[in-house]
Amino acid sequence: MPQAALEDSQPRVVFTQTPDDGSCAHLHGRWTAESLAVEAHWDALQADLRSVPQDCHACQWDLRPLLRMDHTGAQLLWNTWYRQWPDTLYTLPRQRAMLERVAQFSSVLPPRRRVTPWDLFLRLGAVVVRVEEHVVGAVRLLGQLLIDAVQLVRAPRSGPWRDVSGHLYRIGATALPITALVGFLIGVVLAYLMSQQLRQFGADAFIVNILGVSLIRELGPVLAAILIAGRSGSAITAQIGVMRVTEELDAMKVMGIPKGFRLVLPRAMAMAVAMPLLAVWTTVAALLGGMLASDLVMGLTPAYFVTALAKAVQVSNLWLAVGKSTVFGLMIALIGCHYGLRIQPNTQSLGEGTTASVVTSITMVILVDALFAVVFKDVGI
Amino acid sequence: MSPHAPPLHGSLPPEGADLAWGGPAARPVSAAPVVEISNLWSVFRTAGVDTLIHKDLNLTIQRGELLSIVGGSGSGKTVLLRQILGLETPARGSITVLGRPAAELTHAGAASRVGMLFQHGALYSAFTVLENIAFPLRELKALPEDLVRDAVMVKLQMVGLDPAHAHKMPADLSGGMIKRVALARALIMDPPLLLLDEPTAGLDPDRSDAFCALVRSLHQELGLTVVMVTHDLDTIYEISTRVAVVADKHVIVDAPPREVIAFDHPFVREFFLGGRGLRAMELLRAQPQDE
Repeated sequence: MPQAALEDSQPRVVFTQTPDDGSCAHLHGRWTAESLAVEAHWDALQADLRSVPQDCHACQWDLRPLLRMDHTGAQLLWNTWYRQWPDTLYTLPRQRAMLERVAQFSSVLPPRRRVTPWDLFLRLGAVVVRVEEHVVGAVRLLGQLLIDAVQLVRAPRSGPWRDVSGHLYRIGATALPITALVGFLIGVVLAYLMSQQLRQFGADAFIVNILGVSLIRELGPVLAAILIAGRSGSAITAQIGVMRVTEELDAMKVMGIPKGFRLVLPRAMAMAVAMPLLAVWTTVAALLGGMLASDLVMGLTPAYFVTALAKAVQVSNLWLAVGKSTVFGLMIALIGCHYGLRIQPNTQSLGEGTTASVVTSITMVILVDALFAVVFKDVGI
Repeated sequence: MSPHAPPLHGSLPPEGADLAWGGPAARPVSAAPVVEISNLWSVFRTAGVDTLIHKDLNLTIQRGELLSIVGGSGSGKTVLLRQILGLETPARGSITVLGRPAAELTHAGAASRVGMLFQHGALYSAFTVLENIAFPLRELKALPEDLVRDAVMVKLQMVGLDPAHAHKMPADLSGGMIKRVALARALIMDPPLLLLDEPTAGLDPDRSDAFCALVRSLHQELGLTVVMVTHDLDTIYEISTRVAVVADKHVIVDAPPREVIAFDHPFVREFFLGGRGLRAMELLRAQPQDE
């Protein structure tokens, strides 16, 4: 019985020849999308349909034995008939209604508009306009931030302090473990690599100078900034972007709450405070890692490392690091907000905006770091 | 059109008699209910506090019905719909959909068993209208592209949309168009059961009437079983054949609209016989009495 049922549900066309009526096609099985999509069914049915005589309209079609037909099956049949009614057709009322609907609505898909050279030219213009929008938007955001900062200085009590402290916790405090781990490992790796090179020259003690300057001045701040750009820059963009998608930004506007003062300013402030602290924290972790590795590989005691570090690295390096970390923090927050506010209310734009925000902020961190290196080349070395 | 032989009535089994899964069933399914909910308990946990939403809720939906589920805010109408779909698991009790437990409904091939119109459409925003509607068909990975496209164009026009909209993105559509596209997507595999969550919410009265007319005609033409959650009294009176009122954590009454408004319960009085209710009732009076 199961075997019979299986065969029965297979969609197929059976041709019979009767001497007086001519050829007649009987449809059997389930002509539904699900059944047709079974590969064996589809192949067998295609073979059946290929044997349909050329003048398929002259032959009789009997749909009544069908177990079930849906619109996809009806469409297949209609296409087999070259979208014309056969001369003789036996159907149940519902099958007829379905076929008539398919016949009524079968239409050719309007083609997509082709891309012309003029379109390409317009696209180039659109790119220029988009770049201009970015620049104008960034300048406007920075200007608004300055205005908001002035307003905050004038009336500090009305500032969004609750938001600032929340962001400080989320951006700063929750990032402590990951930045410490990454910093420590980088310190260990650097110390190992350096020690092998330095030993060739018998200049083991210089590891303190190299680690001190490179970690405090460059690697600490940049590492922390890149980690935070990936971690919190993306979060800022996504948060603001989702607020756009759910119309929260519009709701704020309607209530007369300035988004610059309530969304951008607290994030920028929290970043500007948290970033230098995180940079120092990462540097300390990296130095600890370097100290441990130097002790293990070269036998430099931590006590020696600390005293030598104070002599080898001028304090101005630390101020430079803190200063540029503040700039990095501001930059990451502003880039995050900039892309967040540009997001369109759909999921694709949200994803693209977040990616663009992270890529831009990491690139900008490295660019600005290079700029600092050139401008302050005489400081602290 | 060319001349046809007269359609044959009678001796053959009715179309759609094999609604259950897995081909021509061994048992007489046409008599079995499409959805059967028995002794359902739902609990919602928010912030550590358990809230009992349904308690011993029973509801049976027969084939071909157009059932409206009505209830106050927070009475768990949408939850009920999600449980029928197998998106949420009830705390206790059983839900049987098309002869199988609801939890199995979302397994592969679900699109051919049930269609769902979500409140906000839930169109895939990365796809065009055409790709959205074609998605369940294309996922079968067996049907040729031109057949899929033809089938989509038929469904698109069945829900009253112009073929020119086929290449638009969901973000470029109005609210009413999104609902129509979502309906076309829900119907692409001709499922026997269609669920609607607030189908007319967010539509203006004209469009809402047009949408009701569309659902009613599809219900008749395709022989669908339709279950909808709605607040809109016009919709309820205009298209439902039966109304189930959810209050006091269970279905208090489950009958044709005319009998439901006669039921004595504070919620029913408030909902159907308040100011808005009386205005909408004009519709019911205007309808012929022959159901």
